[in-house]
Amino acid sequence: MEATITITVDGRQRTVAVDTRTTLLDALRDRLAVTAPKKGCDHGQCGSCTVLLDGRRVLSCLALAVAHDGAEVVTAAGLDNDRLRETFLDNDAFQCGYCTPGQLCSAAGMLDELKAGWPSAVTDGEPTLSASEIRERMAGNLCRCGAYVGIVAAIQEAGR
Amino acid sequence: MIPFDYRRAENPAGAVATVAGAPGAVYLAGGTNLVDHLKLDVARPDLVVDVTGLPFDRVEPRADGGLRVGATVRNSDLAAHPVVRERYPVLSQALLAGASGQLRNMATTGGNLLQRTRCPYFQDVTTACNKRDPGSGCSAIEGYHRYHAILGASPDCVAVHPSDMAVALVALDATVRVLGRHGERDIPVDALHRLPGDRPDRDTILEHGDLITAVDLPAPLSVRSAYRKVRERSSFAFALVSVAAVADLRDGRVQDCRIALGGVAHKPWRAHAAEDVLRAGEPSEQLFTRAADAELAGAKPLPDNGFKVAMARGALVATLRGLTTEGTA
Repeated sequence: MEATITITVDGRQRTVAVDTRTTLLDALRDRLAVTAPKKGCDHGQCGSCTVLLDGRRVLSCLALAVAHDGAEVVTAAGLDNDRLRETFLDNDAFQCGYCTPGQLCSAAGMLDELKAGWPSAVTDGEPTLSASEIRERMAGNLCRCGAYVGIVAAIQEAGR
Repeated sequence: MIPFDYRRAENPAGAVATVAGAPGAVYLAGGTNLVDHLKLDVARPDLVVDVTGLPFDRVEPRADGGLRVGATVRNSDLAAHPVVRERYPVLSQALLAGASGQLRNMATTGGNLLQRTRCPYFQDVTTACNKRDPGSGCSAIEGYHRYHAILGASPDCVAVHPSDMAVALVALDATVRVLGRHGERDIPVDALHRLPGDRPDRDTILEHGDLITAVDLPAPLSVRSAYRKVRERSSFAFALVSVAAVADLRDGRVQDCRIALGGVAHKPWRAHAAEDVLRAGEPSEQLFTRAADAELAGAKPLPDNGFKVAMARGALVATLRGLTTEGTA
């Protein structure tokens, strides 16, 4: 079955007909040529498809496109956070770069969550931008090059 | 993935009538488990009814001092809710111990309860699995079963329920509100999930078409509560074993307590035997060990998951030690 959806992607309104089986990730990449979000595992385990959906970080590989008609999607390409991009560069927070768009969206969402006072599994009292908080909150984003040390430093610097 | 029709539920009763009347229909909420199952061919619905637009997205106080959590409240919102953090810390901790930040932003309260086992054979349609394909056999009993049940399993299924949240809800004596073809009813979370028996294909007692609309938390027995999860890495992994405990501690004694174990059975395992030992007892290492031993006396581990018995004992003792020696009283 086909359905027509309209979504705002990185500030641009896009209308596209999708099969109901299409994930938001596939709709973005294959139908709308928005290739910033990456397909890693396609099972919600790696985080490389992370986008901001109506302001929150989610996994676009586990969202059905048809269920998000009218939504606002922000990918790493449209992320309004140059500071985060700079600190990723400055801290060697990537090697091959494949997971990076997901890391950036996840980091942006995570910093907002922290600002809103959301707790994490390692929070004791009020959450702070400590390395252990960043590690726990970014646990859903894998980096097979192992740039984690740089990623933590980059997010800590950007969040200051 | 086979083709399916997609419909957005307009109202609760209509959604129930639609799904109840269509054997191949399923509800869609956060999608974190269902969409994965669609890809794996574990779920093959011909109609997907999206319930995320229904008015079940609020957390509201109840007249009895408890809290009503709407079924579509996201796991992240529930974990961060100030009343949950203050009065039901075990629930906030359990939610935050599960999944990742992205998944918690998607996953709902109702969907979390109805997520299915992560047994690798259940998720692999090329293998035998009585839960996915009744009568085909259980690949885990003689296969890879490190993560599987040590309590309440059957010769047909040794899978465990994967939810952290549900374990906390059992320790909080929570109730699910269910809308079905014949109206609304309340089911204690402890009675929602089943032991496998000879029908491992049925995770819960719900009928096809039943829709969870809310979870009701009674006023907490005590705000002294905690969730402890033991896993193979420190984040973003399912439990090997977990413990949710709520204890009312006064005058140097355990006046009352509620304990549930996760990762050990086909359902969150309410630890009645341990509670009986603890009730009216003076907190001590000896008492805690006796309670854990009483609960685990009936454990029947498989060849490769015997470690879970000692691990559950240790986790329960450590949780009780932490609860009775620190925290808010």
